[in-house]
Amino acid sequence: MSASTTKNDIAELDNIDRQVINRLQDGLPIVEAPFAVVAKELGIEEQVLLERLHGLRESGVLSRFGPMYHAERLGGGLTLAAMAIPEIYFNAVAEEVNAFAEVAHNYRREHRLNMWFVLATETPERIPEVIAAIEAATGYPVYNMPKQEEFHVRLHLPV
Amino acid sequence: MSDSTSRSESSAGAGFDEQDRAIVLATQSGLPLVSDPWAAVGAQVGMSAEDVRRRMQRMQESGIIRRIAAVPNHYRLGYVANGMTVWDIEDDKIDRLGREVARHPGVSHCYRRPRHLPEWPYNLFAMLHGRSREEVERQAQALAALLGSACRDHRILYSSRILKKTGLRLAVNSPGRT
Repeated sequence: MSASTTKNDIAELDNIDRQVINRLQDGLPIVEAPFAVVAKELGIEEQVLLERLHGLRESGVLSRFGPMYHAERLGGGLTLAAMAIPEIYFNAVAEEVNAFAEVAHNYRREHRLNMWFVLATETPERIPEVIAAIEAATGYPVYNMPKQEEFHVRLHLPV
Repeated sequence: MSDSTSRSESSAGAGFDEQDRAIVLATQSGLPLVSDPWAAVGAQVGMSAEDVRRRMQRMQESGIIRRIAAVPNHYRLGYVANGMTVWDIEDDKIDRLGREVARHPGVSHCYRRPRHLPEWPYNLFAMLHGRSREEVERQAQALAALLGSACRDHRILYSSRILKKTGLRLAVNSPGRT
């Protein structure tokens, strides 16, 4: 894919790309030569699978490929937080919030609460400390919305 | 709510050791895209391919690894409408209804979260992904029908811009510290 491709343009994918994306959202088996196993399932060469995966990751169609760790089971803290930021200050505050390494994802959403981010910290105790630090850095309140029950986590986007 | 992230999930549990921790740190930003990724990780952490593979299998069995997978950028796949649907559900019905919502196709993540009254009355969150807002709205209508009168109000908050997406950077506690 060309370097001029805009980061969020819809990607042009061929059938092999689609098969690779669909299959590998379901998970790589933890077996010897795992890519060879998946390539065989898809009826392609292992080298083709690896090249496609590499290309899809480089071009940003895949934001990552690897183990998805359960942060809390590793003893970490994780929460969703939201802020209501006046439009004229939005970009400046986004920069201040994003500067925190604990901010893993941050999305603008259309609501009075217009900034939504995930905080991941080394320990659960760090969550309120980081929230206080973000409030101090930005001057705006942070609404903490930790999960109280997880009913489902299973992202699968068929292409 | 302060204990929401603790309970039985608050530590990596028995058996998680320094070598597992080294594997987590070596792979949290991604798995090497080579024929033998276990050997490539092993070379970084000073373990055999077999040892890495066995440990990662065990971490998957215990739920520390949800799965090893491709994580797409929604937008680049054409999923330009990503709606966080939020619902105000009667407290005594949310456990049952949350499970039903979670089973609905198209829902990728579904959680109960605290209200912040009066600003924020919503206690159930379900992420929906579609190629258009109409598609997301149809899915949300189906959820509204399923929830019926137990749901007092709902909203769809679309994401209009990714401000940051680095993925989780797990610092990973040493076993003795958890």
